[in-house]
Amino acid sequence: MNLPRRRFDTLVIGAGGGGLRAALQLAEAEANVAVVSKVFPIRSHTVAAQGGMNAALANVSPDSWHWHMYDTVKGSDYLGDQDAIEYMCRAAAHLVIDLEHAGVPFSRLENGKIYQRAFGGQSQNFGGEQAARTCAAADRTGHAILHSLYQQNIKSKTHFFDEFFALDLIKDAEGYILGAVVLEIETGQPWIIEAKCTLLATGGAGRLFRTNTNARINTGDGMAMALRAGIPLQDMEFVQFHPTGIAGKGMLITEGVRGEGGYLVNCEGERFMERYAPHVKDLASRDVVSRAIYTEVKEGRGCGPDGDYVLLKLEHLGANIIKERLPGIRQTVLTFLHFDPIEQPIPVYPTCHYVMGGIPTNRFGQVVAPYNEGAEEAIPGLYAVGECACVSVHGANRLGGNSLLDIVVFGRAAGNHIIEHLEAHRYHRALASESVEQALERLARWERPGDGESVEELRADLQKFMEQNCGVFRNEAVLEEAVHKVTEIEERLQYVRLKDQSKIFNTARLDALELENLVGLAQAVVRCALARQESRGAHYRVDYPERDDIRWLKHSLYFQGQGHVEYKPVRLKPLTVDTFPPKERVY
Amino acid sequence: MRFRIYRYNPETDTKPYMQDYELAEIQPDMMLLDALEEIRAQDESLAFRRSCGEGVCGSDGMNINGRNGLACITPLASLKEPVALRPLPGRPVIRDLVVDLSQFYQQYRAVKPWLIREDPLPEVEFLQSPEERKQLDGLYECILCACCSTACPSWWWNPEKFRGPAALLWVNRFVADNRDQATEERLSELDDAYKLFRCHTIMNCADVCPKNLNPAEAISRLKHRMMKDSI
Ligand SMILES: Cc1cc2nc3c(=O)[nH]c(=O)nc-3n(C[C@H](O)[C@H](O)[C@H](O)COP(=O)(O)OP(=O)(O)OC[C@H]3O[C@@H](n4cnc5c(N)ncnc54)[C@H](O)[C@@H]3O)c2cc1C
Ligand code: SF4
Ligand code: SF4
Repeated sequence: MNLPRRRFDTLVIGAGGGGLRAALQLAEAEANVAVVSKVFPIRSHTVAAQGGMNAALANVSPDSWHWHMYDTVKGSDYLGDQDAIEYMCRAAAHLVIDLEHAGVPFSRLENGKIYQRAFGGQSQNFGGEQAARTCAAADRTGHAILHSLYQQNIKSKTHFFDEFFALDLIKDAEGYILGAVVLEIETGQPWIIEAKCTLLATGGAGRLFRTNTNARINTGDGMAMALRAGIPLQDMEFVQFHPTGIAGKGMLITEGVRGEGGYLVNCEGERFMERYAPHVKDLASRDVVSRAIYTEVKEGRGCGPDGDYVLLKLEHLGANIIKERLPGIRQTVLTFLHFDPIEQPIPVYPTCHYVMGGIPTNRFGQVVAPYNEGAEEAIPGLYAVGECACVSVHGANRLGGNSLLDIVVFGRAAGNHIIEHLEAHRYHRALASESVEQALERLARWERPGDGESVEELRADLQKFMEQNCGVFRNEAVLEEAVHKVTEIEERLQYVRLKDQSKIFNTARLDALELENLVGLAQAVVRCALARQESRGAHYRVDYPERDDIRWLKHSLYFQGQGHVEYKPVRLKPLTVDTFPPKERVY
Repeated sequence: MRFRIYRYNPETDTKPYMQDYELAEIQPDMMLLDALEEIRAQDESLAFRRSCGEGVCGSDGMNINGRNGLACITPLASLKEPVALRPLPGRPVIRDLVVDLSQFYQQYRAVKPWLIREDPLPEVEFLQSPEERKQLDGLYECILCACCSTACPSWWWNPEKFRGPAALLWVNRFVADNRDQATEERLSELDDAYKLFRCHTIMNCADVCPKNLNPAEAISRLKHRMMKDSI
């Protein structure tokens, strides 16, 4: 096995906000850290986040982390782990200030403080008046944050492997994670990167669905790598559909538009959200708004020639607010719809946006799974943060603005925990060659000659089935069909062949590896969705329309191979405050 | 619709060539990236970078009918046939439409593109008025797509010495920020015959920037600032 080999204290896989925030913590502590990313770091999908990041700064309306915590628990439909949620909401203000000091150009108030806008599901005083809690840099918050974090990392001399594709984790017989096998995209050369700790920060998997707001690179690679390493995925049935993707296309129109005063109407010109969420209307939580839009369209009140979308009105906000606070979405609408949202409402429809589930972790970023003894044993040497992880602060439904927060809070926390871990584990363990061989076999599998289906065809089918059979509304029959179809796709995958067998910058090969990852995740999503017989957050079962706390207030854990689902309890006890007991969610 | 695409795979080709492709079905609102994805469905050996598909990540910069731009926000309807696609000019080609941008990133790193503070940090945010914040508009939005620098003749001739429009725009982004305390250092670092002064105001950069930014103007502001400081 004559592969190029490199050694670091820590290997971070993924250079989005989560990976970069963790790397920064490590680099500043002078730990030797390498970041591997399949795209140049600032091409990561964090760059596309628009609306903002939550923190109870109280710059615009009175606020407290405790209220933020309440909203997050309620937003999660009580499936979020309350210790992690408390930790995140308490840390939020500190981390926003940190980012501001790092140079993030937040929008400002007249008094010079950071501007905050209203987002769905935010309240003062445990369910009272609307709060304005989302810190924003116009509608380019993710861009501003990702660039600043990258800049701080180059200042702190983090080592980057740009355009390296992680294939699989390296794991020894005792279950330690020892790094990863990665593919240098430019040359096609596989490498071994050894590390005492490995952090997965590979982002989401929105590409499971045909219409989505995600980048083409969001194929859930880290989650699939974890599955193949024998680690279960948690709560994969909970996929967030953002209520306002551009109809038929998927580009996101940030919730910030509604936060600034935009609202939804149906073909009768009715502000229909008043019927579904009489109190907060268009600023209800995302799962609620998505179902409302879907229902309007299904019941024949959609707009347009085919009645298949609703309209998001913002003309009344005036040109100034739109130009100043929403310049990015104005540009998107001009580019993709060829009209100016200053003059005309935007056609929108729910679109796959965010994966709430992922690799199970505790609030230190350690990956935890039932292994030998307990249900939450730490996998030695493995961490995960960001959208690929499930701490779980988002539970069954994520509030807008909480994900940018999640990635910096837990990115930093994981960095800190890794520093401690490194102090206790000073040496690299012996490399596990069988594990490396396995990763290389996976690569070699795509060198088989002959004719077969194309990656393209199979992916298109997968995305179509997922959309049709595992969307906003689900029931037993369509989910059973989904399991069946995904299994068929898995079979067909064996017969897919690559025509292009070259080494240098072979994008077809990357597509194939990504498709393999997506298929593994699709199994997790449909099997967990079929198993969960209740409606909670983003998972709505027409045949079980009620939330059922007695049977289902628990996390799903999906294991690859056996294809079975296990469960573990939700951590209902916060760190210092009282539990928020489950109650009915009304907005 | 007809396309002529630059092809070069160093493993198999001794020199680059142009390959013709044809797409039968074109929807009126398709973008160039959609067309490229369809071409790739016919011929998976065609290599190009792409990610977000909506003009915010900066991956798919290329030379489109002689002009640099992002494929994902270029409407097919705006293009003359056959659509000629080439890699960003002046950079070594890795394969097909993929170029090596390491020098571009090096120039970016060289300008210390991060906020520099001497004074201790406050416990809360720095205060910055909306007017002060406005100074950053038109600067912080740069996505480092390299369309500008690879369209700049001065950078073609001196890519290792002239910083190029993108890196200089970033210098200005920090000079314009009232929170940054390294203006002097930033300006004096640029004070030689090449780093800044190779810009001959040819304006290609502003002409091609897909984010409608104006690096040329940022450069001229830097030059003014430097003149003023040296009097
Ligand atoms: C359009 C849009 C708008 C959003 N707006 C908001 C918002 O306003 N507020 C908010 O809080 N949240 C928002 N979100 C959600 C939030 O942006 C994401 O959840 C978050 O940025 C994810 O960050 P991450 O660090 O986990 O992953 P990402 O930023 O997706 O980064 C993943 C990284 O992993 C790397 N990677 C992946 N696979 C591999 C592999 N096999 N090998 C090597 N590297 C790999 C990629 O190269 C990339 O660097 C938005 C999401 C979208 C899609
Ligand atoms: S204006 Fe200056 S930087 Fe811009 S293209 Fe011309 S020479 Fe290059
Ligand atoms: S200034 Fe414009 S063209 Fe140049 S790198 Fe930035 S976004 Fe691209």
